[in-house]
Amino acid sequence: MNLNTPILEIKNLRAGINNSEILKNLNLTINRGEIHAIMGPNGSGKSTFSKIIAGHPAYQVVSGEILFNGQSILELEPEKRSHLGIFLAFQYPIEIPGVSNEDFLRLAYNSKQKFYNKPEVDPIEFFSLINDKLKLVNMSSTFLSRNVNEGFSGGEKKRNEILQMILLESELSILDETDSGLDIDALKVISTGINTFMDSNKAIILITHYQRLLDYIKPDYVHVMQNGKIIKTGNADLAKELEIKGYEWLK
Amino acid sequence: MNQSNKILNNNITKLVNQPYKYGFSTTIEKDIIEKGLNENVIYLLSKKKNEPNFLLKFRLKAYKKWKEMKCPQWAQLKFEEIDYQDIIYYSAPKIKKKLNSLDEVDPELLETFNKLGISLTEQKRLTNVAVDAVFDSVSIATTFKEELAEYGVIFSSISEAIHDYTKIVEKYLGTVVPIGDNYFSALNSAVFTDGSFCYIPKNVICPLDLSTYFRINDQKSGQFERTLIIAEENSQVSYLEGCTAPQYDNNQLHAAIVELIALNNATIKYSTVQNWYSGDQKGQGGVFNFVTKRGLCAGDSSKISWTQVETGSSITWKYPSCILVGENAQGEFYSVALTNNYQQADTGTKMIHIGKNTRSRIVSKGISAGNSKNTYRGLVNVNKKAIGARNYSQCDSLLIGNMSNANTFPFISVQNSRTKIEHEASTSKIGEEQLFYFLQRGISIEKGIELMISGFCNEVFTELPLEFASEADRLLSLKLEGSVG
Repeated sequence: MNLNTPILEIKNLRAGINNSEILKNLNLTINRGEIHAIMGPNGSGKSTFSKIIAGHPAYQVVSGEILFNGQSILELEPEKRSHLGIFLAFQYPIEIPGVSNEDFLRLAYNSKQKFYNKPEVDPIEFFSLINDKLKLVNMSSTFLSRNVNEGFSGGEKKRNEILQMILLESELSILDETDSGLDIDALKVISTGINTFMDSNKAIILITHYQRLLDYIKPDYVHVMQNGKIIKTGNADLAKELEIKGYEWLK
Repeated sequence: MNQSNKILNNNITKLVNQPYKYGFSTTIEKDIIEKGLNENVIYLLSKKKNEPNFLLKFRLKAYKKWKEMKCPQWAQLKFEEIDYQDIIYYSAPKIKKKLNSLDEVDPELLETFNKLGISLTEQKRLTNVAVDAVFDSVSIATTFKEELAEYGVIFSSISEAIHDYTKIVEKYLGTVVPIGDNYFSALNSAVFTDGSFCYIPKNVICPLDLSTYFRINDQKSGQFERTLIIAEENSQVSYLEGCTAPQYDNNQLHAAIVELIALNNATIKYSTVQNWYSGDQKGQGGVFNFVTKRGLCAGDSSKISWTQVETGSSITWKYPSCILVGENAQGEFYSVALTNNYQQADTGTKMIHIGKNTRSRIVSKGISAGNSKNTYRGLVNVNKKAIGARNYSQCDSLLIGNMSNANTFPFISVQNSRTKIEHEASTSKIGEEQLFYFLQRGISIEKGIELMISGFCNEVFTELPLEFASEADRLLSLKLEGSVG
């Protein structure tokens, strides 16, 4: 793989759900080692964007191309995209009753191991492996025995998402409003986790409404999305400007 | 239908189409009584089985009663009227002479049970389970009989018991489920052909799990089996029941009765994994399963525990119950009922509290997929005299897809003020977003469902004997793989 190939390249993407087009001619290129923030008013297509990259079966691509490490992923099943290294931290993490977090995490980890023909780890090995990661997001091991996201507070759910991102060593992580509903302490913990995780081989897309998150995680680029396309791109200062002037100013 | 549903439904079709593993039938020379039911058939049947007079009388009385009764309509089940004149009531593999040992059993039959994973031959037997194998109307073989006899445990087919232990059978038969209890119990009492008999003497803990494996083979024959288990004072037994049937286009009738009697301080644990043929994806064929199972906790501190995993049959009508007469008696009911395609299940339990300080516990888990209908129906009845009675009930339903149906009908009737009743119920659904969550983390849909189902059923599976627990887990995931939308 050529290291100069962008990790993600989106070309003229039109896509939507139930025959209504939400993304209208979207273009975006993300290289290794970059953090991009996507901001924009409600309903501008930010969450749709994240689901389409991850391959949610309810959404359809009408035209255009999505290249991951130079390869088209349009025809790939969501689990395959996950194995290749695409991770989506959900805006509203899903509760799964009856399934322990530990089993879930181990199964996710082993599914990826299996995909790469690597040995699967047994529960005991996994326990020590996951324990190290737990520290990165300041979670206690009691989280493991609880059911996936069931009865978790908003902050716990988001930390659980970041834990999964770290565990799966994803190359491209899309964090959909990971900062929403977090108090300042939780925001700090999560930001530290993300910053520790990030390196020159990875890329992160932060979808957010607020400048606040960007005080802790410094983006290389800030994009403003409106009506399904990117209408402005700038550096971290753009976010600050938006905070003061609002989105109306761009119209 | 939106795109995602289409994709998920394709998955269902692909994976549910897994053939029913036990759908083969065996060709064997048979001794049958022509189809149809009348008094002559009963005389003939009783004569063929060389039965004592009391039983013939019992049958005739039941037949008379049955003719006066009507098929119950209250269940949430829809099916065409059963033509009782189109059923064969007696079908037995031809046996030329009395068998002295298993070696004389028709190899075709042994092979049939081998295919089902039940080995009756000496070398390959399950090491800690004694098996009674019932094929259509008769018991083929019972293993470990001699070994059990050393402990005084009687384990045989009910036909043999009627001859060899007439007194005990006469004393208990029909005492827990009276002839006229319901339409199907009357029918069974008139025409039952075989089943198992277990007698655990005083102070004996049965050294092996006892098990009966029921196989309906004949296309036109009904299976009417009868099981009677008696646990004397301070005794204990664990009993397992398994069942399969070939795949036919028409419906086969299975109307069984199980009666359990636990005397002072005795414990009976009864577990079932029911895997009758459930019909095809369009709802064609499958077994009609109308079963009356009831246990009598006659003695003080006695305990009866029912655990059932119901996965097969096109229709299930079944309410394993406990009558808690003795003081401090305990009744338990743990159930997983899974329906898919066009299966219908109306199942649950009755806990009748009569003695003081009696306790009961109900844990019911219903899973409905496809176009199926799954109903829990339960009765907790606390008598005036049952001071200090306690009941805990939990009924959970899990829906898979948008076309399935789950109902819960818990009836509670309490006639004294010193009773504690707790009831919890929940309904949940395996949804598209949950599945996407699994997929996004690299976990396949099948694995995801398997994980959710086994979590949902965990409380019940832990009640199953070890041999059955893994079997049940496997069976459920096999039945459900991909059945999600």
